[in-house]
Amino acid sequence: MEGIFAPERRSTLIAVLIIFVGLLGFSFLTTGADMAQLSITLLSGLLQGMLLFLVASGLSIIFGLMDVLNFAQGAFFMIGAYIGWEIQHAPNLMKAIPDPNLRFLVGIAGAVIVGAVLGAGLERGLLRPLYARPIFQLVATFGVSLIALEVVKLIWGTAPRSWTEDFTLSSGEFSLFGQFFSTYRLVVIVVGVLLIVGIAVLLKRTRIGITIRAGVEDSSMVEALGINVRLVFTGVFVLGCAVASFGGVIAAPFLGASNAMGAEFLLGAIAAVVLGGLGSYEGTAIASLMVGIAKAVVAKFSVQYLNQPVWESLTPMILMAAILLLRPSGLFGKE
Amino acid sequence: MTTNPELILEVAEIHTFIGQFHILEGVSVSVPQGSITVLLGRNGAGKTTTLKSIMGLTPPRSGTITFGGRRIEGKRPFDVAKMGIGYVPEHRAIFKELSVKENLQIAERARGDLNQRADFIFELFPDLKRLYGLGGGKLSGGQQQMLAIARALVPDNRLLLIDEPSEGLAPVIIESLIQAIRRLAQNTTVLLVEQNFRMASQLADRYIIIDDGKSVKTGEMSTLIKDEATIQKYLGAA
Repeated sequence: MEGIFAPERRSTLIAVLIIFVGLLGFSFLTTGADMAQLSITLLSGLLQGMLLFLVASGLSIIFGLMDVLNFAQGAFFMIGAYIGWEIQHAPNLMKAIPDPNLRFLVGIAGAVIVGAVLGAGLERGLLRPLYARPIFQLVATFGVSLIALEVVKLIWGTAPRSWTEDFTLSSGEFSLFGQFFSTYRLVVIVVGVLLIVGIAVLLKRTRIGITIRAGVEDSSMVEALGINVRLVFTGVFVLGCAVASFGGVIAAPFLGASNAMGAEFLLGAIAAVVLGGLGSYEGTAIASLMVGIAKAVVAKFSVQYLNQPVWESLTPMILMAAILLLRPSGLFGKE
Repeated sequence: MTTNPELILEVAEIHTFIGQFHILEGVSVSVPQGSITVLLGRNGAGKTTTLKSIMGLTPPRSGTITFGGRRIEGKRPFDVAKMGIGYVPEHRAIFKELSVKENLQIAERARGDLNQRADFIFELFPDLKRLYGLGGGKLSGGQQQMLAIARALVPDNRLLLIDEPSEGLAPVIIESLIQAIRRLAQNTTVLLVEQNFRMASQLADRYIIIDDGKSVKTGEMSTLIKDEATIQKYLGAA
Protein backbone atom coordinates (compact mmCIF):
# COMPACT_ATOMS: atom_id res chain seq x y z
CA MET A 1 0.00 0.00 0.00
CA GLU A 2 2.96 2.36 -0.58
CA GLY A 3 0.71 4.31 -2.97
CA ILE A 4 -1.22 6.03 -0.20
CA PHE A 5 1.90 6.49 1.94
CA ALA A 6 3.79 8.28 -0.84
CA PRO A 7 5.07 11.72 0.25
CA GLU A 8 2.64 13.52 -2.07
CA ARG A 9 -0.25 11.81 -0.26
CA ARG A 10 0.83 12.98 3.18
CA SER A 11 -1.62 15.90 3.34
CA THR A 12 -4.50 13.62 2.28
CA LEU A 13 -3.60 11.08 4.95
CA ILE A 14 -3.50 13.82 7.60
CA ALA A 15 -6.92 15.06 6.41
CA VAL A 16 -8.29 11.49 6.62
CA LEU A 17 -6.92 11.14 10.14
CA ILE A 18 -8.51 14.45 11.14
CA ILE A 19 -11.89 13.29 9.74
CA PHE A 20 -11.71 10.01 11.69
CA VAL A 21 -10.67 11.74 14.92
CA GLY A 22 -13.27 14.46 14.35
CA LEU A 23 -16.07 11.94 13.86
CA LEU A 24 -15.15 9.93 16.94
CA GLY A 25 -14.51 13.10 19.00
CA PHE A 26 -17.93 14.43 18.00
CA SER A 27 -19.52 11.15 19.02
CA PHE A 28 -17.61 11.08 22.31
CA LEU A 29 -18.70 14.60 23.25
CA THR A 30 -22.33 14.21 22.19
CA THR A 31 -22.74 10.99 24.14
CA GLY A 32 -21.64 12.57 27.42
CA ALA A 33 -17.95 11.59 27.16
CA ASP A 34 -18.96 8.00 27.82
CA MET A 35 -16.33 5.47 26.69
CA ALA A 36 -18.90 2.68 26.64
CA GLN A 37 -21.08 4.61 24.17
CA LEU A 38 -18.03 5.46 22.10
CA SER A 39 -17.01 1.80 21.92
CA ILE A 40 -20.52 0.90 20.71
CA THR A 41 -20.30 3.55 17.99
CA LEU A 42 -16.77 2.56 17.02
CA LEU A 43 -17.51 -1.16 16.79
CA SER A 44 -20.75 -0.54 14.93
CA GLY A 45 -18.95 1.80 12.52
CA LEU A 46 -16.09 -0.62 11.92
CA LEU A 47 -18.56 -3.43 11.27
CA GLN A 48 -20.57 -1.37 8.79
CA GLY A 49 -17.35 -0.17 7.18
CA MET A 50 -16.05 -3.70 6.70
CA LEU A 51 -19.34 -4.89 5.20
CA LEU A 52 -19.37 -1.86 2.89
CA PHE A 53 -15.81 -2.65 1.89
CA LEU A 54 -16.83 -6.16 0.83
CA VAL A 55 -19.23 -4.64 -1.71
CA ALA A 56 -17.05 -1.63 -2.56
CA SER A 57 -13.78 -3.52 -3.11
CA GLY A 58 -15.22 -5.49 -6.02
CA LEU A 59 -16.85 -2.35 -7.38
CA SER A 60 -13.52 -0.50 -7.21
CA ILE A 61 -11.31 -3.20 -8.76
CA ILE A 62 -13.84 -3.98 -11.50
CA PHE A 63 -14.20 -0.28 -12.33
CA GLY A 64 -10.44 0.28 -12.23
CA LEU A 65 -9.65 -2.54 -14.61
CA MET A 66 -12.69 -2.75 -16.83
CA ASP A 67 -14.30 0.72 -16.60
CA VAL A 68 -17.52 -1.08 -15.69
CA LEU A 69 -19.59 0.36 -12.85
CA ASN A 70 -21.29 -2.85 -11.78
CA PHE A 71 -24.70 -1.85 -10.46
CA ALA A 72 -25.41 -5.54 -9.79
CA GLN A 73 -22.78 -5.60 -7.02
CA GLY A 74 -25.42 -4.93 -4.35
CA ALA A 75 -27.56 -7.75 -5.75
CA PHE A 76 -24.67 -10.18 -5.18
CA PHE A 77 -24.50 -9.01 -1.56
CA MET A 78 -28.26 -9.62 -1.18
CA ILE A 79 -28.10 -13.04 -2.88
CA GLY A 80 -25.23 -14.06 -0.58
CA ALA A 81 -27.32 -13.12 2.46
CA TYR A 82 -30.36 -15.10 1.25
CA ILE A 83 -28.29 -18.18 0.40
CA GLY A 84 -26.57 -18.06 3.80
CA TRP A 85 -29.90 -17.62 5.52
CA GLU A 86 -31.52 -20.46 3.55
CA ILE A 87 -28.73 -22.95 4.27
CA GLN A 88 -28.80 -22.06 7.97
CA HIS A 89 -32.60 -22.24 8.33
CA ALA A 90 -33.94 -24.73 5.74
CA PRO A 91 -35.52 -27.65 7.68
CA ASN A 92 -34.08 -30.28 5.34
CA LEU A 93 -30.57 -28.88 5.68
CA MET A 94 -30.96 -28.62 9.46
CA LYS A 95 -31.65 -32.35 9.46
CA ALA A 96 -28.84 -33.16 7.03
CA ILE A 97 -26.29 -30.94 8.80
CA PRO A 98 -27.34 -30.65 12.44
CA ASP A 99 -24.21 -28.69 13.49
CA PRO A 100 -25.09 -24.95 13.04
CA ASN A 101 -21.39 -24.01 12.80
CA LEU A 102 -20.87 -26.40 9.92
CA ARG A 103 -24.08 -25.20 8.27
CA PHE A 104 -22.81 -21.64 8.45
CA LEU A 105 -19.54 -22.65 6.80
CA VAL A 106 -21.49 -24.48 4.09
CA GLY A 107 -23.58 -21.31 3.71
CA ILE A 108 -20.43 -19.25 3.17
CA ALA A 109 -19.09 -21.72 0.61
CA GLY A 110 -22.48 -21.89 -1.14
CA ALA A 111 -22.86 -18.11 -1.33
CA VAL A 112 -19.33 -17.61 -2.63
CA ILE A 113 -19.73 -20.32 -5.28
CA VAL A 114 -23.12 -19.00 -6.43
CA GLY A 115 -21.73 -15.43 -6.51
CA ALA A 116 -18.72 -16.56 -8.55
CA VAL A 117 -20.77 -18.60 -11.03
CA LEU A 118 -23.36 -15.84 -11.52
CA GLY A 119 -20.54 -13.29 -11.87
CA ALA A 120 -18.84 -15.38 -14.55
CA GLY A 121 -22.15 -15.77 -16.39
CA LEU A 122 -22.85 -12.04 -16.22
CA GLU A 123 -19.39 -11.06 -17.45
CA ARG A 124 -19.15 -13.57 -20.26
CA GLY A 125 -22.77 -13.55 -21.35
CA LEU A 126 -23.78 -9.94 -20.99
CA LEU A 127 -20.86 -7.58 -20.43
CA ARG A 128 -18.26 -8.98 -22.81
CA PRO A 129 -20.29 -8.18 -25.94
CA LEU A 130 -20.77 -4.65 -24.59
CA TYR A 131 -17.15 -3.67 -23.78
CA ALA A 132 -17.17 -1.05 -26.51
CA ARG A 133 -20.40 0.43 -25.14
CA PRO A 134 -19.93 1.57 -21.52
CA ILE A 135 -23.39 3.13 -21.20
CA PHE A 136 -25.00 -0.14 -22.32
CA GLN A 137 -22.95 -1.96 -19.66
CA LEU A 138 -24.23 0.39 -17.00
CA VAL A 139 -27.82 -0.20 -18.09
CA ALA A 140 -27.21 -3.97 -18.37
CA THR A 141 -25.85 -4.29 -14.80
CA PHE A 142 -28.69 -2.12 -13.51
CA GLY A 143 -31.15 -4.38 -15.35
CA VAL A 144 -29.51 -7.47 -13.86
CA SER A 145 -29.85 -6.01 -10.36
CA LEU A 146 -33.60 -5.49 -10.95
CA ILE A 147 -34.00 -9.02 -12.31
CA ALA A 148 -32.05 -10.44 -9.34
CA LEU A 149 -34.35 -8.57 -6.96
CA GLU A 150 -37.46 -9.95 -8.65
CA VAL A 151 -36.06 -13.50 -8.61
CA VAL A 152 -35.29 -13.15 -4.89
CA LYS A 153 -38.86 -11.92 -4.29
CA LEU A 154 -40.16 -14.91 -6.24
CA ILE A 155 -38.14 -17.42 -4.19
CA TRP A 156 -38.11 -15.86 -0.71
CA GLY A 157 -40.94 -13.31 -0.86
CA THR A 158 -40.83 -9.68 0.28
CA ALA A 159 -40.86 -10.17 4.04
CA PRO A 160 -37.41 -9.77 5.63
CA ARG A 161 -35.89 -12.98 7.02
CA SER A 162 -34.46 -12.77 10.52
CA TRP A 163 -31.50 -14.90 11.59
CA THR A 164 -32.69 -17.19 14.36
CA GLU A 165 -30.33 -20.16 14.13
CA ASP A 166 -27.33 -19.13 16.21
CA PHE A 167 -23.93 -20.76 16.01
CA THR A 168 -21.01 -20.63 18.43
CA LEU A 169 -19.52 -17.34 17.28
CA SER A 170 -22.83 -15.50 16.92
CA SER A 171 -23.95 -16.43 20.43
CA GLY A 172 -20.63 -15.66 22.16
CA GLU A 173 -20.04 -12.28 23.84
CA PHE A 174 -17.17 -10.12 25.02
CA SER A 175 -17.06 -7.05 27.25
CA LEU A 176 -15.62 -3.59 26.48
CA PHE A 177 -15.99 -0.60 28.86
CA GLY A 178 -18.77 -2.47 30.62
CA GLN A 179 -20.75 -3.12 27.43
CA PHE A 180 -21.29 -6.60 26.03
CA PHE A 181 -20.82 -7.23 22.32
CA SER A 182 -21.32 -10.27 20.14
CA THR A 183 -18.00 -12.01 19.48
CA TYR A 184 -19.15 -12.42 15.90
CA ARG A 185 -19.00 -8.63 15.46
CA LEU A 186 -15.28 -8.77 16.24
CA VAL A 187 -14.82 -11.76 13.95
CA VAL A 188 -16.41 -9.89 11.02
CA ILE A 189 -14.16 -6.88 11.64
CA VAL A 190 -11.07 -9.14 11.76
CA VAL A 191 -12.19 -10.99 8.60
CA GLY A 192 -12.68 -7.61 6.91
CA VAL A 193 -9.18 -6.48 7.90
CA LEU A 194 -7.74 -9.79 6.66
CA LEU A 195 -9.54 -9.33 3.34
CA ILE A 196 -8.28 -5.76 2.97
CA VAL A 197 -4.72 -6.97 3.59
CA GLY A 198 -5.22 -10.14 1.51
CA ILE A 199 -6.51 -8.28 -1.54
CA ALA A 200 -3.76 -5.64 -1.14
CA VAL A 201 -1.14 -8.41 -1.07
CA LEU A 202 -2.77 -10.02 -4.10
CA LEU A 203 -2.62 -6.71 -5.98
CA LYS A 204 0.88 -5.69 -4.89
CA ARG A 205 2.85 -8.87 -4.50
CA THR A 206 1.58 -11.42 -6.99
CA ARG A 207 1.91 -11.76 -10.73
CA ILE A 208 -1.85 -11.62 -11.19
CA GLY A 209 -1.88 -8.42 -9.11
CA ILE A 210 0.82 -6.86 -11.30
CA THR A 211 -1.25 -7.82 -14.34
CA ILE A 212 -4.39 -6.26 -12.86
CA ARG A 213 -2.59 -3.02 -11.97
CA ALA A 214 -1.00 -2.87 -15.40
CA GLY A 215 -4.39 -3.60 -17.00
CA VAL A 216 -5.89 -0.65 -15.12
CA GLU A 217 -3.32 1.58 -16.89
CA ASP A 218 -3.28 0.08 -20.38
CA SER A 219 -5.06 -3.19 -21.09
CA SER A 220 -4.07 -3.21 -24.80
CA MET A 221 -0.38 -3.15 -23.88
CA VAL A 222 -0.87 -5.96 -21.38
CA GLU A 223 -2.48 -8.02 -24.14
CA ALA A 224 0.42 -7.19 -26.48
CA LEU A 225 2.76 -8.71 -23.89
CA GLY A 226 1.11 -12.10 -24.31
CA ILE A 227 -1.50 -11.98 -21.54
CA ASN A 228 -5.12 -12.86 -22.22
CA VAL A 229 -6.69 -9.73 -20.75
CA ARG A 230 -10.26 -10.95 -21.27
CA LEU A 231 -9.52 -13.89 -19.01
CA VAL A 232 -8.12 -11.49 -16.41
CA PHE A 233 -11.29 -9.37 -16.76
CA THR A 234 -13.45 -12.43 -16.11
CA GLY A 235 -11.30 -13.43 -13.12
CA VAL A 236 -11.49 -9.97 -11.57
CA PHE A 237 -15.24 -9.72 -12.16
CA VAL A 238 -15.78 -13.15 -10.59
CA LEU A 239 -13.60 -12.19 -7.61
CA GLY A 240 -15.57 -8.97 -7.09
CA CYS A 241 -18.94 -10.76 -7.23
CA ALA A 242 -17.75 -13.60 -4.98
CA VAL A 243 -16.44 -11.15 -2.35
CA ALA A 244 -19.79 -9.27 -2.41
CA SER A 245 -21.69 -12.56 -1.91
CA PHE A 246 -19.30 -13.42 0.90
CA GLY A 247 -20.11 -10.03 2.45
CA GLY A 248 -23.83 -10.83 2.25
CA VAL A 249 -23.54 -14.18 3.98
CA ILE A 250 -21.35 -12.92 6.82
CA ALA A 251 -23.64 -9.91 7.29
CA ALA A 252 -26.76 -12.10 7.48
CA PRO A 253 -26.38 -13.15 11.16
CA PHE A 254 -26.70 -9.41 12.06
CA LEU A 255 -28.90 -8.06 9.34
CA GLY A 256 -30.89 -11.10 8.27
CA ALA A 257 -31.85 -11.10 4.60
CA SER A 258 -34.09 -8.52 2.98
CA ASN A 259 -34.98 -7.19 -0.46
CA ALA A 260 -33.67 -3.72 0.38
CA MET A 261 -30.18 -4.64 1.57
CA GLY A 262 -28.67 -4.85 -1.91
CA ALA A 263 -29.63 -1.31 -2.92
CA GLU A 264 -28.73 0.07 0.51
CA PHE A 265 -25.22 -1.38 0.46
CA LEU A 266 -24.73 -0.53 -3.21
CA LEU A 267 -25.37 3.17 -2.52
CA GLY A 268 -22.96 3.15 0.42
CA ALA A 269 -20.38 1.28 -1.65
CA ILE A 270 -20.66 3.70 -4.58
CA ALA A 271 -20.17 6.57 -2.13
CA ALA A 272 -17.07 4.80 -0.71
CA VAL A 273 -15.58 4.11 -4.16
CA VAL A 274 -16.09 7.71 -5.34
CA LEU A 275 -14.95 9.13 -1.99
CA GLY A 276 -11.80 7.01 -2.00
CA GLY A 277 -10.98 7.94 -5.59
CA LEU A 278 -12.20 5.91 -8.57
CA GLY A 279 -9.92 2.94 -9.21
CA SER A 280 -7.93 3.35 -5.97
CA TYR A 281 -8.19 0.14 -3.96
CA GLU A 282 -6.55 1.61 -0.84
CA GLY A 283 -8.75 4.69 -1.14
CA THR A 284 -11.83 2.47 -1.28
CA ALA A 285 -10.76 0.58 1.87
CA ILE A 286 -10.20 3.79 3.84
CA ALA A 287 -13.37 5.43 2.51
CA SER A 288 -15.46 2.35 3.38
CA LEU A 289 -14.32 2.59 6.99
CA MET A 290 -14.92 6.35 6.97
CA VAL A 291 -18.47 5.92 5.64
CA GLY A 292 -19.15 3.10 8.13
CA ILE A 293 -17.97 5.15 11.11
CA ALA A 294 -19.76 8.30 9.88
CA LYS A 295 -23.00 6.31 9.59
CA ALA A 296 -22.62 4.93 13.10
CA VAL A 297 -21.84 8.39 14.55
CA VAL A 298 -24.76 10.03 12.75
CA ALA A 299 -27.11 7.17 13.67
CA LYS A 300 -26.26 7.58 17.35
CA PHE A 301 -26.59 11.37 17.23
CA SER A 302 -29.79 11.50 15.20
CA VAL A 303 -31.58 8.91 17.33
CA GLN A 304 -30.46 10.64 20.53
CA TYR A 305 -31.04 14.28 19.58
CA LEU A 306 -33.05 14.54 16.38
CA ASN A 307 -35.30 11.53 16.59
CA GLN A 308 -34.75 11.25 12.82
CA PRO A 309 -33.06 7.95 11.86
CA VAL A 310 -33.22 8.92 8.16
CA TRP A 311 -29.97 10.92 8.51
CA GLU A 312 -28.00 7.70 8.81
CA SER A 313 -28.90 6.53 5.30
CA LEU A 314 -28.20 10.00 3.89
CA THR A 315 -24.75 10.17 5.49
CA PRO A 316 -22.72 8.37 2.76
CA MET A 317 -24.00 10.72 0.06
CA ILE A 318 -23.59 13.86 2.20
CA LEU A 319 -20.01 12.83 3.09
CA MET A 320 -19.25 12.05 -0.55
CA ALA A 321 -20.65 15.39 -1.74
CA ALA A 322 -18.71 17.30 0.93
CA ILE A 323 -15.39 15.64 0.07
CA LEU A 324 -15.92 15.96 -3.68
CA LEU A 325 -16.52 19.69 -3.32
CA LEU A 326 -13.05 20.00 -1.77
CA ARG A 327 -11.35 17.31 -3.84
CA PRO A 328 -13.20 16.44 -7.07
CA SER A 329 -11.12 13.31 -7.75
CA GLY A 330 -11.83 11.82 -4.31
CA LEU A 331 -9.34 11.26 -1.49
CA PHE A 332 -6.81 9.09 -3.34
CA GLY A 333 -7.94 9.49 -6.94
CA LYS A 334 -5.77 10.85 -9.72
CA GLU A 335 -6.21 14.53 -10.60
CA MET B 1 2.18 -19.62 -46.23
CA THR B 2 5.59 -17.97 -46.47
CA THR B 3 6.91 -18.24 -49.97
CA ASN B 4 10.46 -17.48 -48.95
CA PRO B 5 11.79 -19.46 -45.95
CA GLU B 6 14.36 -16.74 -45.26
CA LEU B 7 11.55 -14.31 -44.43
CA ILE B 8 10.49 -14.38 -40.79
CA LEU B 9 7.58 -12.01 -41.48
CA GLU B 10 5.60 -11.50 -44.64
CA VAL B 11 2.74 -9.02 -44.77
CA ALA B 12 0.83 -9.17 -48.05
CA GLU B 13 -1.58 -6.47 -49.24
CA ILE B 14 -3.25 -5.74 -45.92
CA HIS B 15 -6.15 -3.34 -45.65
CA THR B 16 -6.90 -1.95 -42.20
CA PHE B 17 -9.73 0.29 -41.08
CA ILE B 18 -9.93 2.30 -37.87
CA GLY B 19 -13.60 3.04 -37.41
CA GLN B 20 -14.77 4.16 -40.83
CA PHE B 21 -11.33 5.33 -41.94
CA HIS B 22 -9.44 3.20 -44.43
CA ILE B 23 -5.91 3.62 -43.05
CA LEU B 24 -3.93 0.88 -44.81
CA GLU B 25 -4.87 0.46 -48.45
CA GLY B 26 -2.56 -2.34 -49.46
CA VAL B 27 0.62 -2.56 -47.40
CA SER B 28 3.13 -5.33 -48.03
CA VAL B 29 6.18 -5.86 -45.84
CA SER B 30 8.85 -8.54 -46.06
CA VAL B 31 11.29 -8.95 -43.18
CA PRO B 32 14.27 -11.30 -43.68
CA GLN B 33 15.41 -13.34 -40.71
CA GLY B 34 18.18 -11.60 -38.77
CA SER B 35 17.73 -8.21 -40.43
CA ILE B 36 16.86 -4.74 -39.20
CA THR B 37 14.13 -3.49 -41.51
CA VAL B 38 12.78 0.01 -41.18
CA LEU B 39 9.39 1.38 -42.16
CA LEU B 40 9.78 4.94 -43.39
CA GLY B 41 7.22 7.53 -44.37
CA ARG B 42 5.68 10.83 -43.43
CA ASN B 43 3.49 11.40 -40.38
CA GLY B 44 0.15 9.67 -40.82
CA ALA B 45 1.37 7.47 -43.67
CA GLY B 46 0.32 4.28 -41.83
CA LYS B 47 3.58 3.00 -40.30
CA THR B 48 2.27 2.66 -36.74
CA THR B 49 -0.98 1.10 -37.97
CA THR B 50 1.10 -1.45 -39.88
CA LEU B 51 2.84 -2.54 -36.66
CA LYS B 52 -0.49 -2.57 -34.81
CA SER B 53 -2.03 -4.68 -37.56
CA ILE B 54 0.81 -7.20 -37.29
CA MET B 55 0.26 -7.37 -33.51
CA GLY B 56 -3.51 -7.80 -33.94
CA LEU B 57 -4.25 -4.53 -32.14
CA THR B 58 -5.93 -3.11 -35.26
CA PRO B 59 -6.70 -6.31 -37.17
CA PRO B 60 -6.63 -6.01 -40.96
CA ARG B 61 -9.87 -6.56 -42.87
CA SER B 62 -8.10 -8.27 -45.75
CA GLY B 63 -4.66 -9.45 -46.77
CA THR B 64 -2.40 -11.95 -45.04
CA ILE B 65 0.28 -11.80 -42.36
CA THR B 66 2.63 -14.77 -42.06
CA PHE B 67 5.10 -15.11 -39.20
CA GLY B 68 7.57 -17.98 -39.08
CA GLY B 69 5.50 -19.87 -41.64
CA ARG B 70 2.19 -19.46 -39.76
CA ARG B 71 -0.69 -17.17 -40.65
CA ILE B 72 -1.37 -14.74 -37.80
CA GLU B 73 -3.89 -12.25 -39.19
CA GLY B 74 -7.09 -12.44 -37.15
CA LYS B 75 -5.30 -13.74 -34.08
CA ARG B 76 -5.65 -11.82 -30.82
CA PRO B 77 -2.64 -9.76 -29.65
CA PHE B 78 -1.77 -12.11 -26.77
CA ASP B 79 -1.64 -15.05 -29.20
CA VAL B 80 0.57 -13.09 -31.61
CA ALA B 81 2.88 -12.09 -28.74
CA LYS B 82 3.11 -15.67 -27.48
CA MET B 83 4.27 -16.79 -30.91
CA GLY B 84 7.43 -14.73 -30.34
CA ILE B 85 6.75 -11.16 -31.41
CA GLY B 86 7.74 -8.37 -29.01
CA TYR B 87 6.15 -4.96 -29.37
CA VAL B 88 7.59 -1.60 -28.28
CA PRO B 89 4.86 0.94 -29.05
CA GLU B 90 5.30 4.63 -29.76
CA HIS B 91 5.19 6.79 -26.62
CA ARG B 92 6.69 3.72 -24.84
CA ALA B 93 3.49 2.66 -23.03
CA ILE B 94 5.36 1.53 -19.97
CA PHE B 95 3.22 1.05 -16.87
CA LYS B 96 3.85 4.18 -14.82
CA GLU B 97 2.27 2.81 -11.64
CA LEU B 98 4.50 -0.28 -11.68
CA SER B 99 8.16 -0.34 -10.67
CA VAL B 100 10.89 -1.04 -13.23
CA LYS B 101 11.11 -4.58 -11.86
CA GLU B 102 7.34 -5.12 -12.19
CA ASN B 103 7.37 -3.68 -15.71
CA LEU B 104 9.88 -6.38 -16.62
CA GLN B 105 8.19 -9.13 -14.59
CA ILE B 106 4.87 -8.67 -16.34
CA ALA B 107 6.53 -9.53 -19.66
CA GLU B 108 7.62 -12.98 -18.43
CA ARG B 109 5.90 -15.71 -20.42
CA ALA B 110 7.37 -18.44 -18.27
CA ARG B 111 8.56 -18.18 -14.68
CA GLY B 112 12.27 -17.41 -14.67
CA ASP B 113 12.37 -15.59 -18.03
CA LEU B 114 13.54 -12.42 -16.34
CA ASN B 115 16.27 -14.14 -14.33
CA GLN B 116 17.58 -15.80 -17.46
CA ARG B 117 17.65 -12.59 -19.49
CA ALA B 118 18.56 -10.12 -16.72
CA ASP B 119 22.30 -10.13 -17.43
CA PHE B 120 21.77 -9.38 -21.13
CA ILE B 121 19.16 -6.68 -20.38
CA PHE B 122 21.34 -4.91 -17.79
CA GLU B 123 24.35 -5.14 -20.06
CA LEU B 124 22.36 -3.32 -22.74
CA PHE B 125 20.74 -0.86 -20.35
CA PRO B 126 22.87 -0.57 -17.17
CA ASP B 127 20.71 2.31 -15.85
CA LEU B 128 17.76 -0.03 -15.38
CA LYS B 129 19.64 -2.06 -12.77
CA ARG B 130 20.15 1.08 -10.70
CA LEU B 131 16.49 2.09 -11.13
CA TYR B 132 15.07 -1.39 -10.52
CA GLY B 133 12.79 -0.47 -7.61
CA LEU B 134 11.73 2.96 -8.90
CA GLY B 135 8.23 3.64 -10.29
CA GLY B 136 7.98 3.72 -14.07
CA GLY B 137 6.40 7.18 -13.94
CA LYS B 138 9.53 8.58 -12.29
CA LEU B 139 11.86 7.65 -15.15
CA SER B 140 13.07 10.15 -17.76
CA GLY B 141 11.94 9.79 -21.38
CA GLY B 142 15.14 7.98 -22.36
CA GLN B 143 14.96 5.63 -19.38
CA GLN B 144 11.32 4.87 -20.20
CA GLN B 145 12.31 4.03 -23.78
CA MET B 146 15.04 1.70 -22.53
CA LEU B 147 12.54 0.04 -20.19
CA ALA B 148 10.04 -0.40 -23.03
CA ILE B 149 12.67 -2.12 -25.18
CA ALA B 150 13.99 -4.16 -22.23
CA ARG B 151 10.44 -5.33 -21.53
CA ALA B 152 10.22 -6.74 -25.05
CA LEU B 153 13.48 -8.58 -24.47
CA VAL B 154 12.33 -10.48 -21.35
CA PRO B 155 10.75 -13.36 -23.28
CA ASP B 156 12.74 -15.03 -26.01
CA ASN B 157 11.13 -13.13 -28.90
CA ARG B 158 12.14 -13.91 -32.47
CA LEU B 159 10.95 -10.58 -33.86
CA LEU B 160 10.81 -7.13 -32.28
CA LEU B 161 8.49 -4.41 -33.56
CA ILE B 162 9.84 -1.07 -32.36
CA ASP B 163 7.83 2.08 -33.01
CA GLU B 164 9.63 5.45 -33.07
CA PRO B 165 12.26 4.72 -30.41
CA SER B 166 13.99 8.09 -30.86
CA GLU B 167 10.84 10.18 -30.43
CA GLY B 168 11.42 13.07 -28.04
CA LEU B 169 14.88 11.93 -26.95
CA ALA B 170 18.12 13.91 -26.71
CA PRO B 171 20.83 13.08 -29.31
CA VAL B 172 23.13 11.50 -26.71
CA ILE B 173 20.35 9.13 -25.63
CA ILE B 174 19.54 8.32 -29.26
CA GLU B 175 23.18 7.35 -29.77
CA SER B 176 23.09 4.88 -26.89
CA LEU B 177 19.77 3.50 -28.18
CA ILE B 178 21.34 2.90 -31.59
CA GLN B 179 24.12 0.91 -29.92
CA ALA B 180 21.61 -1.09 -27.88
CA ILE B 181 19.38 -1.92 -30.86
CA ARG B 182 22.46 -2.99 -32.86
CA ARG B 183 23.45 -5.31 -30.00
CA LEU B 184 20.03 -6.88 -29.57
CA ALA B 185 19.67 -7.31 -33.34
CA GLN B 186 22.54 -9.79 -33.24
CA ASN B 187 20.06 -12.32 -31.78
CA THR B 188 16.67 -10.98 -32.83
CA THR B 189 15.12 -9.71 -36.06
CA VAL B 190 13.91 -6.12 -35.81
CA LEU B 191 11.17 -4.27 -37.68
CA LEU B 192 11.53 -0.60 -36.85
CA VAL B 193 9.40 2.47 -37.46
CA GLU B 194 11.54 5.58 -37.39
CA GLN B 195 11.02 9.21 -38.43
CA ASN B 196 14.62 10.10 -37.65
CA PHE B 197 16.23 9.25 -40.99
CA ARG B 198 19.75 9.57 -39.60
CA MET B 199 19.02 6.93 -36.96
CA ALA B 200 17.21 4.72 -39.46
CA SER B 201 20.09 4.89 -41.91
CA GLN B 202 22.61 3.98 -39.22
CA LEU B 203 20.63 0.96 -38.08
CA ALA B 204 18.69 -0.63 -40.90
CA ASP B 205 19.73 -3.13 -43.54
CA ARG B 206 16.50 -2.74 -45.50
CA TYR B 207 13.73 -0.18 -45.84
CA ILE B 208 10.10 -0.06 -46.85
CA ILE B 209 8.48 3.28 -47.60
CA ILE B 210 4.81 3.66 -46.77
CA ASP B 211 2.96 6.56 -48.30
CA ASP B 212 -0.71 7.34 -47.92
CA GLY B 213 -1.51 3.86 -46.60
CA LYS B 214 0.36 1.97 -49.31
CA SER B 215 3.83 0.45 -49.41
CA VAL B 216 5.45 2.16 -52.37
CA LYS B 217 9.13 1.29 -52.34
CA THR B 218 11.44 -1.26 -50.76
CA GLY B 219 15.09 -2.18 -50.99
CA GLU B 220 18.52 -2.06 -49.36
CA MET B 221 19.16 0.85 -47.01
CA SER B 222 22.57 1.43 -48.57
CA THR B 223 20.82 2.17 -51.90
CA LEU B 224 18.27 4.54 -50.39
CA ILE B 225 20.93 6.64 -48.70
CA LYS B 226 22.24 7.56 -52.16
CA ASP B 227 18.77 8.08 -53.68
CA GLU B 228 18.09 11.71 -52.82
CA ALA B 229 15.10 11.95 -55.16
CA THR B 230 13.23 9.19 -53.30
CA ILE B 231 14.16 10.64 -49.93
CA GLN B 232 12.88 14.06 -51.00
CA LYS B 233 9.70 12.66 -52.56
CA TYR B 234 8.55 10.42 -49.72
CA LEU B 235 10.36 11.57 -46.62
CA GLY B 236 10.95 15.24 -47.25
CA ALA B 237 14.46 15.00 -45.79
CA ALA B 238 17.90 14.61 -47.20
